[in-house]
Amino acid sequence: MATPAESGPKRTALYSIHKEAGARMTEFGGWEMPIEYTGITQEHLAVRTRAGLFDVSHMGEITVRGPKALAFLQSITCNDVARLSNRQAQYSALMFPNGCAIDDCVVHRMDANDYFICVNAANTDKDFEWLVEHNSAGAELENASSRYSQLAVQGPRAAAILSKVTGLDLASIRTYWFSPAECCGVAGILARTGYTGEDGFEFYFAPEHSTHVWNALLEAGKDDGLQPAGLGARNTLRLEAGYALYGHELDENTTLLEANLGWICKLEKGEFLGRDPLLKQRQEGVRKKLVGFEMAEPGIARDGYPVWIDDQKAGLVTSGSPAPFLKKNIGLAYVPAEAAQPGYEITIEIRNRQARARQVILPFYRRPK
Amino acid sequence: MYPEEFQYTKDHEWIRVDGDTGTIGITDHAQKELGDIVYVELPKSGDAVTAAETFGTVESVKAVSEIYSPVSGEVTAVNNQLQEHPELLNSDPHAAAWLIRVHLSDPQEVQKLMSSEQYEKYIREGESQ
Repeated sequence: MATPAESGPKRTALYSIHKEAGARMTEFGGWEMPIEYTGITQEHLAVRTRAGLFDVSHMGEITVRGPKALAFLQSITCNDVARLSNRQAQYSALMFPNGCAIDDCVVHRMDANDYFICVNAANTDKDFEWLVEHNSAGAELENASSRYSQLAVQGPRAAAILSKVTGLDLASIRTYWFSPAECCGVAGILARTGYTGEDGFEFYFAPEHSTHVWNALLEAGKDDGLQPAGLGARNTLRLEAGYALYGHELDENTTLLEANLGWICKLEKGEFLGRDPLLKQRQEGVRKKLVGFEMAEPGIARDGYPVWIDDQKAGLVTSGSPAPFLKKNIGLAYVPAEAAQPGYEITIEIRNRQARARQVILPFYRRPK
Repeated sequence: MYPEEFQYTKDHEWIRVDGDTGTIGITDHAQKELGDIVYVELPKSGDAVTAAETFGTVESVKAVSEIYSPVSGEVTAVNNQLQEHPELLNSDPHAAAWLIRVHLSDPQEVQKLMSSEQYEKYIREGESQ
């Protein structure tokens, strides 16, 4: 969904609402988006303890339809699309031939000949071009992004809040399942997916209803403490949950095995783009590995800071930040495979000094059962 | 709004001069721009500072921001509360959250800084862009 600001970054349909709410805006992936409203820490804690409402309309939606849809998706993604039932989704990646991803994504199956993929905002056009280029199977592809706004309600109170505004029986929708549904009187798709590590839902619907749905959700969530949350909190939440962000933990030079995403690589499903290098790497081992760490002395590791091991520069922080809920400073980093183990000491080069950090098992945060 | 007895830099630091001692901090405008401050890195007593050069950093969740010294001199005191309570910079940037005290090596440098009136105008003009 895009409303260009003259020749500047794109804006979602809720741009003025965010400005009126006092959001601090930023440019992200070609979009002008709210970074925070009342503050990243406060919004982050709201999501962990109650619920937050995110405008994620900048994300892309690509539909894949027709009798060749499954075959095509199997050839271009690493996860096993054949395992999906109707109205089930899976985390996956769109592949390069070298075993690296052009983007990570969530593949949704409506039915046997009808799928849609949710992709990252910054990569939507590039992903669509790539899919078109590799569509020898003959699936029907459409970049449907401009036809969808997307709002996410995330947190322990999300289901209670949404049950006030939808007739769908939310208890019947398990995590990573979805359904066509009316929400706030608007038809759309309600999916039990998210990027925060909490229970939550993402609602896909036609952009002309954006203001109405945003306001109706906030109204419905008033007593449960639902509040707007921006991309700043979205990032700290996903980091605590140990989720990758394309462009940081994933890029065109990092294989899925190096990124700890072997679990979405179903190498036995059959041929797919990038499968051979992954098979080889599974056999021979990876050279670098993604690890989680927390700072062992004062200091905050930031994206791009070097990692030192045994007095040598050996790796790189891909994402680093304070963790508002865990109250620690944490990060993800690539290190040589032989140094990738909890307990193995590393230091982070923070501007002009070395600060000690300890590797930890991921995820940093797991929501209570 | 901005204390008249302070002087100000374009990078949003303030200094209160008493004879040849200066107390330095960041302005209310700076803390608002930064958001929730979570960490502060400051020099030690005895360290030298140089006008217009960085002497430390203030960090929010999202970003690292360098702090520039309004004057040259030697650090004589550091506000140790800020290690445990960086949030003081948000709640009281002009008083309790002073950063360092400095013995000025060249008191004339202060004349290059802005008055509170000039600083307020400077911020207003910045915001209207």
